[in-house]
Amino acid sequence: MTDYAAMLDALTRLRGIRGAMVVALNDGLPVAESLMGGLKGTALAALAATLASRSVELAARGGLGAPRFLHLQSSDGSLLVAPTAADLVLVAIAGRDVPLGLLRLEMLRLAERMG
Amino acid sequence: MTEDIRALSAQYAADPSSLIFLRLAEALRQRGQADAAHKVAIQGLSRYPHLPDAHDLFARILTDQQDYANAFDEWDTVLRLVPQHIGAHKGIGFLYYRAGDHEHALYHLRLAAELDPTDSGLRLAVERVAGGGEIWDAPLPQAPSEPATRRVPTTESNDPFAGLDGARHRLLLVDVDGLRLGGGLVTTSGRDVSDDAAAVLAGTAFEAARAARMLELGEWTHLTIEGTELSACVLKPTPDTSLLAAMDADLPAGQLAFFAERAAKTARAWLERVR
Repeated sequence: MTDYAAMLDALTRLRGIRGAMVVALNDGLPVAESLMGGLKGTALAALAATLASRSVELAARGGLGAPRFLHLQSSDGSLLVAPTAADLVLVAIAGRDVPLGLLRLEMLRLAERMG
Repeated sequence: MTEDIRALSAQYAADPSSLIFLRLAEALRQRGQADAAHKVAIQGLSRYPHLPDAHDLFARILTDQQDYANAFDEWDTVLRLVPQHIGAHKGIGFLYYRAGDHEHALYHLRLAAELDPTDSGLRLAVERVAGGGEIWDAPLPQAPSEPATRRVPTTESNDPFAGLDGARHRLLLVDVDGLRLGGGLVTTSGRDVSDDAAAVLAGTAFEAARAARMLELGEWTHLTIEGTELSACVLKPTPDTSLLAAMDADLPAGQLAFFAERAAKTARAWLERVR
């Protein structure tokens, strides 16, 4: 748990990040979180896990291979999800004007560390 | 005269984010290497989506490839960015002339000629379309009122992505129930998975829109799924359809998003025609 907390703190220090979580893919429950005020962890976890599950299924049926990274882009921000090998997903929610390339690389690095 | 493609390629490789892609793609186009020019132009446009000259160049490449509908859209984009762009008026004028719409052709060609009075070839083209040199005595008319896009011929087809790269194996359009409307998806090993993917595509788009709404992220635009084999971009060209555009996994995300946006635009136009 301590490891996850340190990872999430590293993510939320990046500019424009409103929160980050580790979520169980199968049931959408939060494992660890570092969120700014106003964000509801349980809702974010459930939505991210559902979207990840759908994407995993689409990737499997569509021959995309194993999903490495998901990026939901909206007019006011982004939801980013990095699946790990341990049936967990690393989730971040970002506002506009965020260095997404840097955030993506950092999330992929952390997801690999998570196993 | 075409520039040295090898030297331009080396410069482009050394700095892919520079504007050298314009010269490289133009040189490739002039050498008749339209596919290579197309690829370089798309890479450039993914980095500079609001650069008028990049859209103008891409439109000329598409015209060389006889993809007139998308060429028209590209020049239309240029004119939205720069209403007095000579190249775009010339290009659109040519497309109208080719479609037999002399009124619109004359308007755009003449406007281009007035913007560049030194182009004698263009003046001749105007006179040919107008039927004589008296055209210059008449004032420039107002722009014809009919929406331009409806009058440009497109490839008559049941395929919503006709004319686009990957129309049959990298683009998929489904309705709200997951019924395949067009396109197809083929894996890197050659297996057709169009119907399998179609069955879950609309549901994935629905979840993406729902997540964006519930998390108060504003209007959802697209979802990118980076896979180990292919990357895919999911978006909704219209409220009742979903589209998946796929590309090789090692290509930049910006290029995928650009490809998907183009496909969505083409699909919207097709849906308008068939409905």
